[in-house]
Amino acid sequence: MAASHSDAGTRRDFLYVASGAIGGVAAAAVAWPLIDQMNPSAAALALASTEIDIGSIHPGQQIIYKWRGQPRFARRRTPADIAAAKDVDVKSLPDPLARNRAKPDATPATDAERTVKPEWLVLVGVCTHLGCTPSVSTPQIPEGQYGGWLCHCHGSDYDISGRIRKGPAPENLAVPPYSFLTDTRIKVG
Amino acid sequence: MSGPSTYNPTSGIEKWLDQRLPLPRLMHDTMSSFPTPRNLNIWYTFGGILTFCLGVQIVTGIVLAMHYVASADLAFNSVEAIMRDVNYGWLIRYVHANGASMFFLAVYIHMFRGLYYGSYKAPRELIWIIGVLIYLLMMMTAFFGYVLPWGQMSFWGATVITNLFSSIPVVGHDIAIWLWGDFAVGEATLNRFFSLHYLLPFIIAAVVGLHIWALHVPGNNNPLGIDVKSPQDTVPFHPYYTVKDAFYLILFVILFAGFVFFSPDFFGNPDNYIPANPLVTPPDIVPEWYLLPFYAMLRSVPQKLLGVIVMGAAIVTLVFIPWLDTSRVRSCRFRPLMKQFFWAFVVVCVVLGYCGHQAVDAEVAGVPLVWVARIATLYYFAYFWLIMPIVGLIETPKKLPASIAQSVLGDKAAPAE
Repeated sequence: MAASHSDAGTRRDFLYVASGAIGGVAAAAVAWPLIDQMNPSAAALALASTEIDIGSIHPGQQIIYKWRGQPRFARRRTPADIAAAKDVDVKSLPDPLARNRAKPDATPATDAERTVKPEWLVLVGVCTHLGCTPSVSTPQIPEGQYGGWLCHCHGSDYDISGRIRKGPAPENLAVPPYSFLTDTRIKVG
Repeated sequence: MSGPSTYNPTSGIEKWLDQRLPLPRLMHDTMSSFPTPRNLNIWYTFGGILTFCLGVQIVTGIVLAMHYVASADLAFNSVEAIMRDVNYGWLIRYVHANGASMFFLAVYIHMFRGLYYGSYKAPRELIWIIGVLIYLLMMMTAFFGYVLPWGQMSFWGATVITNLFSSIPVVGHDIAIWLWGDFAVGEATLNRFFSLHYLLPFIIAAVVGLHIWALHVPGNNNPLGIDVKSPQDTVPFHPYYTVKDAFYLILFVILFAGFVFFSPDFFGNPDNYIPANPLVTPPDIVPEWYLLPFYAMLRSVPQKLLGVIVMGAAIVTLVFIPWLDTSRVRSCRFRPLMKQFFWAFVVVCVVLGYCGHQAVDAEVAGVPLVWVARIATLYYFAYFWLIMPIVGLIETPKKLPASIAQSVLGDKAAPAE
């Protein structure tokens, strides 16, 4: 310590800076567990995949199942539904991306890119606006103008492919990764 | 106005205490001899009423926590058990639930009072800003509390409000998951909300202490908005305002009791008597009445992030009011132009609340309410950011009275020195 005799660097200054630095590191090290404890626990993360029986769903119907606390939709579409879903200019959509977690981010939002089999539409049933569960539209009880789902919370209107058409939601309903084990059974997660 | 202390310890114990912990001196100077403008009207009694409300919520809340179970499986039933089985549980819970509404009713009157009489203007800027902070803490506490019964509105209200954070670019979704402690609102969310709901009222109590401390430096504003100039302008807080506050508190408690005993579910939503179901959103989801104006603003913007920003800005704007008002005169009593804009603002807040309560696509006489809400939102922001600065500059205020005493006592008052 060449500067030990100068006015600038006394032992007290050194101790002051050193204990301040150690104290800061210690405070950050203590703060992190207190913050991170609020993240999903090991038990919440451990929920892996689940199998859903879709054999009992008739054309035009949907079931809602729960995965990781979220509602998920599995809808069996009629030929007319599929035709309507394909007859949309992707460029005219508010959100032109497929939002299919099994595909690259830039995939366009065509109906084919959002389904594995055209008859089946599997979606995360969480409105991309503020997280309500949109109501399904049926010929008996129509919801919204596009034949898919209407979110009653703030009026987001989704089409028969789960794409946002009108309202405040910024994105299409997400498509979760899933695969067909048999014709009547899917594996999700 | 916090001049030299007038406390004079008489008994031995008071003298002993005064040299060690001068608590009696503090009480005497702040709550008894404190010089208060002699012209405070009914609207100045709501500070005391609000302190009462906070006390009621803390006492009933502590008791309710002895019977409540913060668990997704048990919460709803434990609340029903409080209502049916716990001795006087129905009373305590209804006082707590209606108490929240009465608290907000009082705070809105208190805030409009401050706006009308210019109580936020120098040297009282910090009183106002601390008040905005209390208001924010109150909204958080009320939100956490509304989630606890774990009914349908609890669950979906929690979902919508926490999802507001998911609109933050890049990190929004991770923040939402961090708030939930899961991938959706659930058990973990309920537990942490209970913890915070218990904590925040005590934080509010501490911040209220700062609010009153800051008030006691310049002293009260008053309906004339002019400064206290001589001792003749003031009366001691006790007995003049302790009695006045107590009288209006009794009237307030009568109203409070009216709701508790005759219409305890007046402010509630029937859907919250349905246990939370994560798979089905109720067809009409509405927040509690005191949040409706902000909810209407959120819904009037057809873009997610922008809607959240507008809603947040509506509250943050309040912080800047002391510097947005350019008028040299505090009280709207002497501001003929601003007075009209003020009452229009009150109406706009009520209209926003009405719009927030109706369905998204509702119409009144063929006019879509979403457009009514949009115009009302514009006025809300214009009131603070355009009208306040501009009117303050162009308006000619009426002549101010020479002193509070002269205004109250007329010629009987001695001329101010």
